[in-house]
Amino acid sequence: MNATEAAQGSGEGEARRARVVLVDDHRMFRTGVQAEIGQTDVTGVEVVGEAADVDQAVTVITATRPEVVLLDVHLPGGGGVEVLRRSASLMADPERPVRFLALSVSDAAEDVIGVIRGGARGYVTKTITGTDLVDAIFRVADGDAVFSPRLAGFVLDAFASTDAPPVDEDLDRLTQREREVLRLIARGYAYKEIAKQLFISVKTVESHVSAVLRKLQLSNRHELTRWATARRLI
Amino acid sequence: MTTAPPRTEGPYAPVPDPDGPPPRRLYRSADGRLLGGVARGLAGHLGLPVSWVRVVFVALLVAQGMGALLYAAFWFFVPLGVGGVDAHRHPAYGAYGAYGLEGAGPDGRRRRVRRPDKGQLFALIALVIGAFVLASNFELGGRANAYLWPVVLIGAGVALVWRQADNARRAQWLELGRRKGVLPFVRGAAGVLLVGIGVTAIVILQGSVRNLGSVLQAALAVVVGIALLAGPYLVRMTQDLSEERLMRIRAQERAEVAAHVHDSVLHTLTLIQRSADDPREVARLARAQERELRAWLYKPEGRGKDEDEEPDRLADAVRTAAAEVEDAHGVPIEVVVVGDCPLDEKLGAQMQAAREAMVNAAKYGGSGGAVQVFAEVEGRTVFVSVRDRGPGFDLDAVPGDRMGVRESIIGRMQRNGGTARLRSAPDGGTEVELEMERAAE
Repeated sequence: MNATEAAQGSGEGEARRARVVLVDDHRMFRTGVQAEIGQTDVTGVEVVGEAADVDQAVTVITATRPEVVLLDVHLPGGGGVEVLRRSASLMADPERPVRFLALSVSDAAEDVIGVIRGGARGYVTKTITGTDLVDAIFRVADGDAVFSPRLAGFVLDAFASTDAPPVDEDLDRLTQREREVLRLIARGYAYKEIAKQLFISVKTVESHVSAVLRKLQLSNRHELTRWATARRLI
Repeated sequence: MTTAPPRTEGPYAPVPDPDGPPPRRLYRSADGRLLGGVARGLAGHLGLPVSWVRVVFVALLVAQGMGALLYAAFWFFVPLGVGGVDAHRHPAYGAYGAYGLEGAGPDGRRRRVRRPDKGQLFALIALVIGAFVLASNFELGGRANAYLWPVVLIGAGVALVWRQADNARRAQWLELGRRKGVLPFVRGAAGVLLVGIGVTAIVILQGSVRNLGSVLQAALAVVVGIALLAGPYLVRMTQDLSEERLMRIRAQERAEVAAHVHDSVLHTLTLIQRSADDPREVARLARAQERELRAWLYKPEGRGKDEDEEPDRLADAVRTAAAEVEDAHGVPIEVVVVGDCPLDEKLGAQMQAAREAMVNAAKYGGSGGAVQVFAEVEGRTVFVSVRDRGPGFDLDAVPGDRMGVRESIIGRMQRNGGTARLRSAPDGGTEVELEMERAAE
């Protein structure tokens, strides 16, 4: 799906719009992203605010109430996790929830898993192209989850060593199908291609991915703890 | 001090002139020492064989115990350092601490890791025997003879404790602080015990046994009093010291990172500026630099800092192969690895097939964006997929004499008991799936 398709695709007749706040401590990067996605009449994305640290971010997000926040993982003042913690009430708003999409250059699993468990709806790396980013922004705005291949790899890794778990953890574990979907994401497939490969609809793929995200946020006590402990991440 | 002394030089020992202008400072040797490292350090300093120096010390020892005194003096005054006989062969040792352990030449360090324990034991036994011989040779008055044993005991105890202190210092350089055993403690305690017994024996010999109790009481009272007065200061001082040491270590680490970043990143940036009109080269340089920097920043402690090592784990092998292909062809390769396992022969073949697939993907599918490599270890199965978004091709349409895919990938996998699947659509890119059972552990 390219940007214009995304902009026109989901709205009936009228163009889809998304208001976005950019949180990143590198001004150059903000400028670059702004230039790439901020042409509102082309992409449908309107950058309504920018912030360079945690305090600024919370102020700007509260003031502008965007649909999506592009959130860097490493920020002065406590990092992306701190922004998420202090915006918890905005995320929970049933009327106009603010959604977070982690946008990181970091390769460290604990950074990424940390923001996802903090409530971010997805994670993409900074090498993402402009069109893919626009696509991801709209998906997050719609309440779906967005996984990059790398994040899918992290998640698979996290849930990998759970071959013989106790029965009552069933809720927290990935189903065979979810695992399959994640594996295809990790192999670099787009959602549309996954749907074709597994003979399911794109909507089903998206709901599988959302389920994985939910489980990732839920399973703070079993696999992830063990996994993180084994790697001395916590 | 181990070999039998063929007396060559007698008492005119080659003792260095401490006031002379030495080209380098005298250190006791921490490498391959038997007792305090004095002989080895001296030998290194003077450019003589170690055994000569040892022989001279033993000879002096026989000459009314001069050697022992001299040795003790050296032990006390000369700092422990890196040096000794073959110091010039690895001068970087001190600065690089633990890293130096692997980077050594074949004879120097490898041997040092194991041999000293045997040598030390030997030296100790020799020392004890020597002491016995010495003791039985002493034909002094009965009273002096009685004092000899306590003195020997005290000497042994002091040697033990000092030796312990040296070990602690060496451990500090090597940052082997993690290896806290009972042994150092036991050795220290044994030394103290020996000294205590020796002192007590002397006290008893002096015939003041009656007062021993009150003397001990008084001594204890003084010690407790001093501890109470000086204790807080001492605690404070050690805390300050350890804090300072921590800061210093941090600063050193930062300097090391800064040096590295300075060297490699600035270098790369210069190269990029110079070849600014060649986007392919710029991309290649930038990717290579990014990879190196990431390896520096995110790799777990203790590994990955020295490159040029043949990987022996699957994840490393995949990443290394991807990095090399990326460098050679200038196409970005994104690697996702789930799980890890040691490489065996069959997996080695799979890695070669995967590398071939990456090369193909980079060559023919590079225009469609990054090549995606995914490797997963699940139970006994190792799965690798290499995917590009290039134009794709029809395998059956490839002429029969083109052996790249058939032999290097499919054939190789089949010969080693694995499977390879190739999927390619005219405009959906190409995906190579390699599956292999790994050997039982």
